Amino acid sequence: MSLGDSATPLGKVRGLGSAREGGEHWLTERVTSIALLLLGSWLIASLLLLPAFDRQTLIEWLRAPSGAVPMALFVIISFKHALDGVRVTVDDYVHEEGNRFALNTLLLFLAVGGAALALYALASVAFGGAA
Amino acid sequence: MLVSILHRATGIAISFAGLAILTWWLMAVAEGPEAYAKFVKLATHPVGLVVLVGITWSFFQHLLSGIRHLVMDTGAGFELDTNKRFAILTIVGSALLTTALWVYFLGVVK
Repeated sequence: MSLGDSATPLGKVRGLGSAREGGEHWLTERVTSIALLLLGSWLIASLLLLPAFDRQTLIEWLRAPSGAVPMALFVIISFKHALDGVRVTVDDYVHEEGNRFALNTLLLFLAVGGAALALYALASVAFGGAA
Repeated sequence: MLVSILHRATGIAISFAGLAILTWWLMAVAEGPEAYAKFVKLATHPVGLVVLVGITWSFFQHLLSGIRHLVMDTGAGFELDTNKRFAILTIVGSALLTTALWVYFLGVVK
């Protein structure tokens, strides 16, 4: 109320909550979704432009910065957006505090672990020697 | 209503199956010719193809209904007829994009 009626609904909740991040999760989900709209379109377009799907063609694609950098961003932002989205589902359906904490922690480990594996694989392709 | 449920269902599908396959694909490319051949063999198996088509459909459906949600976040598109038309458009759009992509892919792989 102190912000007056000119504040948007998001503006009213940003920075609130005991950790002052009540509105950030909501906003992050939308910001990552816009990034993924761009990166997802890039991925589909790139796959369409590849002449074939043999391993050598893929290595050449991912070895160039124009392939490796967007792919790294796609991996990181996809796992972040997936974690945020699945957590909303958990929060909606798992009401017991302990179970919810356990499930959200498991999801965090899965997302960070998956992203690390994918990035390690991508890096070894991008910086690898003779394939 | 249906499109809203689909948004969540497809989101969960691509979060788990989609990202697992993406990671496995990158690992197979990194590991070597044998690992990649194994990936291709499973991916081009009829069951593998059904899974991949399902993943790409989920991706397009989630992307299009995601755009719909972003528009609705701005407060637009809540009129009943507009809202319904937009919802139907995401379903038609994802079916068309998935079909077009796979007609093209299967042509390349051949």
